[in-house]
Amino acid sequence: MAEKKLNLTLKIWRQAGPNFVGNFAEYKLAVSPDSSILEMLDDLNNDLENKNLEPVAFESDCREGICGTCGLVINGQPHGPIPKIATCQLHMRHFNDGDTIWIEPFRAKAFPIIKDLMVDRSAFDRIQETGGFISVNTGSVPDGNAIPISKDIASEAMDSATCIGCGACVAACKNASAMLFVSAKVSQFALLPQGQPERYQRVQAMVKKMDELGFGSCSNTYACEAECPKGISVKNIARMNRDYFMAKVKTENVES
Amino acid sequence: MIKLDAKIPSGPIQDKWTNHKFNMKLVNPANKRKYDIIVVGTGLAGASAAASLGELGYNVKVFTFHDSARRAHSIAAQGGINAAKNYRNDGDSVYRLFYDTVKGGDFRAREANVYRLAEVSDNIIDQCVAQGVPFAREYGGLLDNRSFGGALVSRTFYAKGQTGQQLLLGAYSAMNRQVANGTVKLYARREMLDLVVVDGVAKGIVCRNLLTGEIEKYSGHAVILATGGYSNVFFLSTNAMNCNTTAIWRAHKRGAAFANPCYTQIHPTCLPVHGEGQSKLPLMSESLRNDGRIWVSKNKNDMRAPNDIPEEERDYYLERKYPTYGNLSPRDISSRAAKEAFDDRRGVQGKEAVYLDFRDAIKRLGENVIRERYGNLFEMYGTITGENPYKTPMLIYPAPHYTMGGLWVDYNLMSTIPGLFIAGEANFSDHGANRLGASALMQGLADGYFVLPYTIGNYLAGDKPTLVKTDHEEFNKIKKGIEDQTSKLLSIKGKRTVDDIHKELGRYMWNKVGMARNEKGLKEVIGEIKELRNEFWKNVNVVGNSNDVNQCLERAGRLADYLELGELLAVDSLHRNESCGGHFRVEYQTEEGEALRNDDEFTYVAAWEFKEVGKWELNKEPLEFENVHLATRSYK
Repeated sequence: MAEKKLNLTLKIWRQAGPNFVGNFAEYKLAVSPDSSILEMLDDLNNDLENKNLEPVAFESDCREGICGTCGLVINGQPHGPIPKIATCQLHMRHFNDGDTIWIEPFRAKAFPIIKDLMVDRSAFDRIQETGGFISVNTGSVPDGNAIPISKDIASEAMDSATCIGCGACVAACKNASAMLFVSAKVSQFALLPQGQPERYQRVQAMVKKMDELGFGSCSNTYACEAECPKGISVKNIARMNRDYFMAKVKTENVES
Repeated sequence: MIKLDAKIPSGPIQDKWTNHKFNMKLVNPANKRKYDIIVVGTGLAGASAAASLGELGYNVKVFTFHDSARRAHSIAAQGGINAAKNYRNDGDSVYRLFYDTVKGGDFRAREANVYRLAEVSDNIIDQCVAQGVPFAREYGGLLDNRSFGGALVSRTFYAKGQTGQQLLLGAYSAMNRQVANGTVKLYARREMLDLVVVDGVAKGIVCRNLLTGEIEKYSGHAVILATGGYSNVFFLSTNAMNCNTTAIWRAHKRGAAFANPCYTQIHPTCLPVHGEGQSKLPLMSESLRNDGRIWVSKNKNDMRAPNDIPEEERDYYLERKYPTYGNLSPRDISSRAAKEAFDDRRGVQGKEAVYLDFRDAIKRLGENVIRERYGNLFEMYGTITGENPYKTPMLIYPAPHYTMGGLWVDYNLMSTIPGLFIAGEANFSDHGANRLGASALMQGLADGYFVLPYTIGNYLAGDKPTLVKTDHEEFNKIKKGIEDQTSKLLSIKGKRTVDDIHKELGRYMWNKVGMARNEKGLKEVIGEIKELRNEFWKNVNVVGNSNDVNQCLERAGRLADYLELGELLAVDSLHRNESCGGHFRVEYQTEEGEALRNDDEFTYVAAWEFKEVGKWELNKEPLEFENVHLATRSYK
C-alpha cells in the first residue's frame, strides 16, 4: 500500500511531573492516513527514542475504544473532532496534509497531571467504591431468569452502563463536573429491579463523594454528552437529580 | 523433574466437584481475616477472585498495572459468555457444554476441569444478573441467547457487543464493594516483577510502582496470578498494548511449570494489517459469523471490487468445506481455511484478507435488524477502516488472540509452586488446544467466583502456611535482582528501540510459529530468537531513568520476557509432532488438510520446567478421556 503520507506539525503538551511547569513542544512528522492518532504518537516516540530523547508519556491500552485508558484533548476537544469515538479510534485520514494539531491532556482539578499527557483519574474509582455496586455476595443469588426485565428497560440500563470511564465528560465541562459519569452508574442501577433496595442510599453516597473530590457542579451546557465517546445522554443527569431529591424526601440519608 | 499431580478427585465426573468441595478443609470464619491473599491482575478472574475472597473475610491485596482496575483487557471481550442453562429448549445441558468444550479443545484438555467449568457456568449467569449486568433480553423479559462457533445450541449470553465490559464492570463493582468494606486493598499502577518463593512455597511478590519507580515488597499466605495471556509475543495481536507475560514468566523462572505454550489461538475475524505503523489488530466479534458469510473469489489474483464479483464466482469456503457448521466452524479451523485461501492467491485483491459479507442477511432480515444485533461492531469497523459494512463486505483476516497455554495448575488451580495459584487465561487448564468462542469469560469468572474461594481455603486450612515478613532476606535479594536488571536495561544505550526489536520478534513468531508450523522453520526460529535476545541485551536503547514514570522501561522489561517465552513457544511446537487445535504442524495433516493428531504419543500436557534461559526440561501429565472418547474432530 504505497500511499500518500500527511505532513503534520504537532504541538504536544510536555510536563516532566506533577510539580513542574509544562509547555507545548513542536514536532514535525509524516504519517499514513490509515494510522490512528496513537499510532502516530508511537511513531513519534520511536523517533525520539532513536535520538535518545524522552518519549511523550501517554496512556492507552485496548486501542478499540472500550477500556477508557486513552484520553487526549485534540485541537481543543476531548477525543478529537469526530463524535462518539475514543482517542484511539481517531484516524489520521480525518486530517489534511499541512495541518497543525494541538495535543493536550484532560484538564480538571480532580484529574491532576502525572506526566506529559498522563493524568490521574483515580477519583472515578473512589466514587464507584462508595456506591457503584449492588450488594450481593457470590453464590447467594436467584436464577438469572427469576427476575424478568423488560427489553426496553434492559436496553436503557445498557445505554447507561456503556460508560467507559474515560473522563472526557469532565474534561469537556467548563466546571469539570463529573455528573455524566456518576449519573450513568446511578441510572444503570436505578433502572434495574436489582438496584432498587439501595437506590436512594447509592445516589446520595456517590454524589457526596463526587463533591468531596473537587468535581464542579453541572450548569447544563451538555458539553459532556457532546464529547462522550459512547454518546451517554444527559437524561441520566436528570434522572440522578430526581433520585437525589427523592432521597431527601424519603429521608434515607447516608450522612455520617 | 517435577512431580505433576493433577489431584483430580475420584468418582464419576458429575460428582467430582461436589465431593471435592465436601472433602475440603475449611477456615474458621473468624480466622479468615488473619490470612493475607495477594491477587495480581484485575480482569475477570482477578477481580472476581478478589471480590469473592474479600466477601469471605480474607485480607486481600489486589494489584494492577493500570490506573484503574476496570481497564483490564477482559473489558474488550465482545461476543458473549457461555452457560448450559438450556433456556432455548434446544438440547443443551452441562454434559453437552462439557462435551463441546473437550471436543472443541481437540482432546487436549483435562476432563475433570472442563466438567467443573460447565457445571458452574449457570451460577455465573445468575451471579452477573444479580450484580446488575444488563444482559440482552427478549420481549418477555427473559434472557436472550445467541450462537457461537463450535456449538449447535444457542447458549451464549451477551450484552450488545460489549459483554466483557459489562461482566468486568460487574466484577469490578463487587470488588469495589469490598474495597469500601476494607477487606480488599487495591494497589493500582503496580507491575509485578517477581515472585518470592521461600523454602519452595510462594510467599509474596515484588512490584514496581509505575509512578515513582520504587521497587515494593508485599507478602501473603497465598498468591494468585490472574494476569492474562501472552499473545503479544507476536507483537501484533488483538490484545491490549500493555498485556504481557511478565508476571507468569517470572513465576515460571521461580519454578512454576509452563504448560502447552504452543497452543495459541489465531482468531479468524480480525481486521487486516494496514501498514508498518500498525500497533494492534482489532478483533471483530465471532458473533458476526451468526449472520455474516465468509468468502473469497474462486479466481486467483482477482482484483475486482467485491460487489463486481458475481455470485457464481464466489467461494463460500467454510460453507463448502464444513456444511454442518459452515460459518460457525471453530476458530482454529476457520483461521486455517482463510490462510489456505490466501496461500492459494485468492485473498481479497491479493491482500491477506477475506470477506465477511452481510448482504444476504440484510436482504433477509433488513438493515435494522442487523443494526440492532451488531450496530456497535459495524460502527467500530467503519471508524477504523472508513468503509461502510452495510454496503460493502468487511475485510477480515486471522490474528493472534488468545493463548490456551499458560502456567500448569492442578485441579485446585495451584501451580507447581505450593501457594501459587493461577486463574483465567494465565493458566492452561480448560481449553485444551483450542478455545471455543464465549468460553474465556466463562472460565475467568468460574475460576474467580466459584473455584478459588474454595481451593484457597483448603490450602490455607490444610497446609497452614505462615507469613514471611518483607524484610526476609529472600525479599531483599529479589528486590536487588530487579534493581540490577533495571540498571542494566538503562545502561545498554544501544541503537535499537524496544518496539523495533519487538516487531522483529513478532515477524519471526508470525511467520514460523503462527498458523502453520514446520520442523525446519521451528529449528530456524529458535536460533533467530536466541540471536535477537542477545541483540536486545547488547543493543537496546531504553531512554529515561528508573525513579519516574518510564513507559520505555516498562516495555523493555516485558520484551525481555517475550524474548525468552518466544523460544519456549517454538520449542514446544517443535516437540509436539502432531497437529491439534491451534497448533498446526504442516507435516501432520490429513489428505484434506485437516489437523492430524497423534493420540498414541501426544495425549499429554507438556509442562516445561525452567532450568536456565533457553533450557527447559519436559514433564508430562498424561490425559485420560473416560467420558468423551478420543475421536477425530469433525465439523463437516
